[in-house]
Amino acid sequence: MSHFDEASAAVQAALEAGARYADCRVMVRRTESMSARDGDIEEVDSDESAGLGVRALVGSSWGFYAVPDLSDPAARAAGRRAAQIAAASATVPGPPVELAPSSAVEASWANECEIDPLGVSLSTKGDLLVAATAAAGAAGADLAQGALSVWDTRKWFVSSEGHRIDQHTRECGAGVWASAFGDGEIQRRSWPSYGGQYGTRGWELVESLDLVGNAPRMAEEARALLTAPLCPTGETTLVLGGEQLALQIHESVGHAIELDRILGWEAAFAGTSWLDLRKLGSLRYGSELMNITIDPGIPGALGSFGYDDEGTPAARRDAVRDGIWVGVLAGRDSAAVAGLDYAGSVRSDGWARLPMVRMTNVGLEPGPHTLDEIIAATDDGVFMDVNRSWSIDDRRLNFQFGCEIGYEIKNGKLGRMLRNPTYTGIGPKFWQSMDMLSSETVAWGTPNCGKGQPGQVGHTGHPAAPARFTDVRVGVRG
Amino acid sequence: MSLESIRAGVELDLAARVVELVRQAAGPSAEAEVMVRHDAQALTRFAVSMIHQNVADAVTTVGLRLHLDGRTASGATTIVDAAGLRGLVERTLAATRLSPPDVTWPGLTPPSPLHHSAGYHGSGEHSRLDFGFDEATARATPAERAERVRDFVRAAGGLETAGYCRTVYTSAAFANSAGQSVEGRTAEAAMDGIARSDGADGVARQASGRLADLDGGALGARAAAKARAAQNPVELPPGRYEVVLEPEAVADLLDNFSVFGFNGKSYAQKQSFAELGADQFDPSVTLIDEPLGSRDEHAPGLPFDDEGTPRESLVLVREGVTKAVAHDRTSAAEAGTVSTGHASGASRTWGPCPTHVRLEASSAATPSPATGSAGPVAESARPLVARMERGLLISDLWYTRVLDPKTLVVTGLTRNGVWLIENGEVTAAVGNMRFTQSYPQALGAGMVLGIGSESILLPDRWSGTRYAAPALHLASWNLTGNASG
Repeated sequence: MSHFDEASAAVQAALEAGARYADCRVMVRRTESMSARDGDIEEVDSDESAGLGVRALVGSSWGFYAVPDLSDPAARAAGRRAAQIAAASATVPGPPVELAPSSAVEASWANECEIDPLGVSLSTKGDLLVAATAAAGAAGADLAQGALSVWDTRKWFVSSEGHRIDQHTRECGAGVWASAFGDGEIQRRSWPSYGGQYGTRGWELVESLDLVGNAPRMAEEARALLTAPLCPTGETTLVLGGEQLALQIHESVGHAIELDRILGWEAAFAGTSWLDLRKLGSLRYGSELMNITIDPGIPGALGSFGYDDEGTPAARRDAVRDGIWVGVLAGRDSAAVAGLDYAGSVRSDGWARLPMVRMTNVGLEPGPHTLDEIIAATDDGVFMDVNRSWSIDDRRLNFQFGCEIGYEIKNGKLGRMLRNPTYTGIGPKFWQSMDMLSSETVAWGTPNCGKGQPGQVGHTGHPAAPARFTDVRVGVRG
Repeated sequence: MSLESIRAGVELDLAARVVELVRQAAGPSAEAEVMVRHDAQALTRFAVSMIHQNVADAVTTVGLRLHLDGRTASGATTIVDAAGLRGLVERTLAATRLSPPDVTWPGLTPPSPLHHSAGYHGSGEHSRLDFGFDEATARATPAERAERVRDFVRAAGGLETAGYCRTVYTSAAFANSAGQSVEGRTAEAAMDGIARSDGADGVARQASGRLADLDGGALGARAAAKARAAQNPVELPPGRYEVVLEPEAVADLLDNFSVFGFNGKSYAQKQSFAELGADQFDPSVTLIDEPLGSRDEHAPGLPFDDEGTPRESLVLVREGVTKAVAHDRTSAAEAGTVSTGHASGASRTWGPCPTHVRLEASSAATPSPATGSAGPVAESARPLVARMERGLLISDLWYTRVLDPKTLVVTGLTRNGVWLIENGEVTAAVGNMRFTQSYPQALGAGMVLGIGSESILLPDRWSGTRYAAPALHLASWNLTGNASG
């Protein structure tokens, strides 16, 4: 069933109410989520949501209105309301708004999906989480948790410039977590990552994670961490696993290259960026090993789509090339302000939210080494992996990360396990110290990226591999 | 807000219809609880001193939780016509039958009357309680929000500004198959903005149950004064500093205490620092969750939770002694106690948390020292600053994350203004710094040197949550980094 007619009605109503540009997204989404604890199912949830959101540009002011009603009268009323809100925005006007060019597209897109995740029975899903958490418990976890999520989203986009695009995106993922309780502290190990692994794939992704097979090792490592020595304090050589490096990219590169942040549009909440547009193309972000791409076309990665929420086709673009900052995540209005000729990174987390500049897949191109080679080449350092905590300042410069597990590196070999490993630094200094990079890339999915007011939760992907950094401050404690 | 969005009885009727649909489809043994919310949210956002995003939505969501033959599942929909409701019931029923056995089902809330608001005297009984509901806020227009933004921008005197003005109207009803049936409505407003001067930011924010209480001009002037005073910051070395936290920063402490400490599930799973009956805080510390408001303050929340349990004030800490944590029916059953009315759509997974926490202000009214001009120090913090020999005044905390939930060691950064205080006077602006600090230790016995005499209502990033925070004078705060790393 198509909803182009309702979207068109909303756009037409906005134009008749004074908008010089309007677009509308109709979205119908089914979600499933399930969680388990210590061998029992804790929560099973199955939701459905349908509605439309209209964006109207009146003069140089934007308005947005959303309703959960797909009838023609409701769509038209929403279009008129969006235009009225835009008119109120002119009370505090800005400079003239232009939109970077976007060819009118009529298209259809769907991601690859071998096994429909909504077609897998809840009992099968429940059996998986029960088995995984029971296995972790049997291996010594004081608390074993597991969770999975499924999203099935159909979207119809119409703009006043002639776009008519429908997309069907199926996403899913899962994870298992084992905690061990010690005297006044808790240690946790996660598989395969901090919040689980997610992608624009079918149930085959969850099957590939082998939650049950890996859960006992998580429990054993969590218990071992309770008696492991603390991560030492000081400056050292740091080797990061790929999962942690994915979040490092997300926080200290992905958000920093969002053009709305650079322009000050997020200054009061998410923050700004240390990047200055006048240095685009010349600023050294990292070492020559650092090549970051923006690529919403990676099959199976969580930040993939066919078209963004302004109708711009997915296209691969460099953000950092040979360590030099060369690209941003942009939307049509922000690109025009910055004098750029590309957009393509505008997304909303649902029909009720305004599309805004978001990460897609922002990741590191593979390097020439392997993790084994990196360890073997390190005389003295620390290896850390799997995120436990993250914090970064509002300009995306000063970061501190905690990881679940660490190991000493001595004379080219992994040594003792280390507990409570943390590291801190300043973005460009850190990235410029990257001197070895693995080729073992995984496109990690982050389904919990927060941004915007009202808040939106974005799904982003981050290809990353293990890498080595020099002279990093580690072991920060309270 | 549209006039048609102010409706009476619609949500209760929807909830009753879904309970009946469940009875027809699954028989009388099915235990069903239905929460219907109509949320109309509008947010006018500004940056670079212009309104750049101006949004509104009005959404009715029907949530159903169903327990049948020892199995439980939940579902929700925004499609509220007959087919949509039938689909919700059929989908949730199918999910319930396919779900594994649920050994933690706590049963339904029995019929229970709503509590009267502690602070508002116009409350009714049992249903349609308004608890200080302000209809003007519920009906606020884009123009009214834009006017407050305009006043904020003008009052900043040419400094670049950014922030938002938000109004939210919620009408909700709950019904279950055990006969509990309640409804209520609430409205809230908030404004949060910064002024920027040569890379230095100053902040002002406020929450209220009434949009009319929000003065964009006053907030803009306060933010601008802070921004001007934050210019040319010096860099200080990391170390332990005596600090005065302004209310905006204190709200972050209350948030983390709520989410990780007074969370009934975390407590039951031994992941919280909270120990009931233990002296865990300085005797000057009293924390109360007040979902119904207090002292003639317009009520911030609905009078019942997502399980239909009536809400009321909950003393979390009394004079330094931990007294309670928040529970929904599941965590309460696990802990061997009763629900405190803190169920939410996410509480079974993430745990029930207090959402309207007040740190009691000092009862000792301390007059503010006279000040010649608008400086960076919030009025409520001035008496505390005046008593500080050497330390830091911190406006706001940012991006705080928990390193260890049990000890509640948190790392984060200062934001929107830090100043060096010497002999009770501001002597320099300071660059933002990173901290790594156990929050319970910071408020431990002997560590609280003073509490401001006024609690300020502050919004959370999510509507439906807010904090009442005074300024706080602490003996030690562990700053672990500066702009250099």
